[in-house]
Amino acid sequence: MFARRGFNIHSLAVGPTVDPQLSRMTVVADGPEMEQIIKQLYKLVNTVKVTEHRPGDAVEREIMLVRINADSKRRGEILDAAGIFSAQAVDVGKATITFEVAGDPGHLNDFLELMRPYGIVDLVKSGRIALARDPKSRNGRQADLRSA
Amino acid sequence: MSETLTGAEALIRALEHEGVDVIFGMPGGAILPAYDPLYDSPIRHVLVRHEQGSGHMASGYAHATGRVGVCVATSGPGATNLITALQDAYMDSIPVVAITGQVARTSIGMDAFQEAHTWGISMPVTKHNYLITDIEEIPDVIREAFHLAATGRPGPVLVDIPKDVLNDTLVWHRPGEINLPGYKPSVKGHPKQVQAAVDMIHASQRPVLYAGGGIIRANAADRLRRFAELANLPTVTTLMGRGAIPDSHPLALGMPGMHGNYTAITAMQKADLLVTIGARFDDRVTGKVDAFAPEAKIIHVDVDPAEIGKVRNAEVPIVGDAAAVLEQLIFAMEHFLGPDEAPAREDWRNTLADWQRTHPLAYDQDPDGPILQQYVIQELHRITEGNATVVAGVGQHQMWASQFWGFERPRTWINSGGLGTMGYAIPAAIGAKAGMPDDLVVAFDGDGCFQMTMQELVTASVEKINVKIFVLNNAWLGMVKQWQKLFYNERYSATDLTGHTPDFVGLAEAMGCAGFRAERPDEVAPIIEKALAINDRPVVVDFVCDPEAMVFPMVPAGGSNDIVIMGPEDLT
Ligand SMILES: Cc1ncc(C[n+]2csc(CCOP(=O)(O)OP(=O)(O)O)c2C)c(N)n1
Ligand SMILES: [Mg+2]
Repeated sequence: MFARRGFNIHSLAVGPTVDPQLSRMTVVADGPEMEQIIKQLYKLVNTVKVTEHRPGDAVEREIMLVRINADSKRRGEILDAAGIFSAQAVDVGKATITFEVAGDPGHLNDFLELMRPYGIVDLVKSGRIALARDPKSRNGRQADLRSA
Repeated sequence: MSETLTGAEALIRALEHEGVDVIFGMPGGAILPAYDPLYDSPIRHVLVRHEQGSGHMASGYAHATGRVGVCVATSGPGATNLITALQDAYMDSIPVVAITGQVARTSIGMDAFQEAHTWGISMPVTKHNYLITDIEEIPDVIREAFHLAATGRPGPVLVDIPKDVLNDTLVWHRPGEINLPGYKPSVKGHPKQVQAAVDMIHASQRPVLYAGGGIIRANAADRLRRFAELANLPTVTTLMGRGAIPDSHPLALGMPGMHGNYTAITAMQKADLLVTIGARFDDRVTGKVDAFAPEAKIIHVDVDPAEIGKVRNAEVPIVGDAAAVLEQLIFAMEHFLGPDEAPAREDWRNTLADWQRTHPLAYDQDPDGPILQQYVIQELHRITEGNATVVAGVGQHQMWASQFWGFERPRTWINSGGLGTMGYAIPAAIGAKAGMPDDLVVAFDGDGCFQMTMQELVTASVEKINVKIFVLNNAWLGMVKQWQKLFYNERYSATDLTGHTPDFVGLAEAMGCAGFRAERPDEVAPIIEKALAINDRPVVVDFVCDPEAMVFPMVPAGGSNDIVIMGPEDLT
């Protein structure tokens, strides 16, 4: 549908929900045609519910695996920096370290900026997932409890 | 009592339960199991010569009857041959159910013989589609497929069934309640919006009722007419909406758009309000969108919420079924106005009448010149007193048929509007005639279109589906030629069929039809009479027409509707 109607999307993540009959797709898109995107999604017979999350409306998360150039001289330095981002080293090779980083998209980007000077060898992202905030959430509308 | 059936038997049983009386199809390996119980079924099977034809027949049947048309094809090439017809039905919101065979479940993905990913290929050309992987689903899926095809905004639905599912057995059960949590089409409009619409109509000085194919699909023509009269609304009918109000009605303005008439185009352009019902601001209607109806507020009634605001923002959006919303509008109008109190809007009516007088649709048949296509259309109308269902191919002949046939009733005009599929006419006419055997069904076809689907005349003659095909033969791909003449410096690349058209009379006879030819204007009426007198076979008439005739008025693609080219004299 997105391709046919010429809508651009940034990412797409699919997974099961509490109801085994349903799955949830999280699509990141922007642009003036948002209303049409929603209407066209509703038009698909298998679409039960479409929720638009504007920036700040939802808890957003993404996970990333990123492999960084890390020779023995810089390894300590890199691990220290990663610690600040709660990035976990999940694979350590002779000249690289692979980190798992999860968080909101800004967090992931900040980590990448920090690592760029060392050399990013490879990178994979899960695509964004999101859940609307509980309207009575205690941590205020715009902030995550754990805003890393 | 429990009854064990094969999947194939269950399929045919389910189709019988849906009240299917005719299926258009072509057998083959994967769908073969279904053809065995079909052999004993009261359902009539019409064997086509190409699956595209089966899809258009199903569409013509649905157009004419209002019921769901059904086509069947085998896997692979059978299914891919259906795609054009499905997209055609999708664009024009025609209820069609397509059943396709698929290779056995164990072979799916193995590049098996005649395997195609029908589910994937058909997804963007259908309202919904299914691949049945569990035999138990058959009764419910068929129920759902017909429900989806016919309700809300109608459209084609495809059901793909692997051969081993057809061969497997199940204990027959009637389909359960329809359970489609993601599908709840609105029927009634929001009362507040209905009231807002009525207020806006009452306040309007220059309203136009813009009636589209949705009126026909919703069987809402009677209500539309009542509403137009009650609110005193001059009414245009789009290419898909022709027949929504009788062309002879004093409020009827005819067709707007690229080849619409001057009054219909200009009325919309100058309107202060467009009451849009079952129409979608198609580019062929609006011309340049930014310049379209600049002063008009928009009331937009559509069963498909995605149509509202897609092209043009609506001040009053109403999501609902055209018939139900018209009912509400009529009710509100009656209470608002009391009978016979519609605003007269005399200035507006006089302006429209002036335009109609000064800018009529016209042509000039020289008795010694070549036959003009418009003349054939009007002669048939005169002789039949308009009592025919008219089908068209795609091209100049289609536009003339829409312009010059006076439509008095809904479902008497069948054409391919959204997709513009050449070759639509012959199979669609066969489908219409199969559904309405007592009606006179006449297709105006082009010489180019005819050659795309003429093999279905064999289907028609074998099945005694006695359609009349009137070929308006200009020996050109006329509509394309017209564009080359106007926009490509008369460089006629690949459009001249002069000397290359086959003998249509000979072809007709070879395919079991009667064939006639008319070459002079004075032959037109007598040959029409002859064609109408033959009722034991399909008839083809080759009208050798003017190769130079062009369709006017015309608003060039992407142009503003403020500039209507009335004829060749406007081109310099
Ligand atoms: C399947 C398909 N291919 C190509 C076209 C483009 N096209 C539109 S009208 C036309 C010419 C039609 O010629 P003919 O059937 O002779 O009708 P005429 O315009 O001459 O009345 C063509 C090629 C189309 N609409 N559909
Ligand atoms: Mg032609």
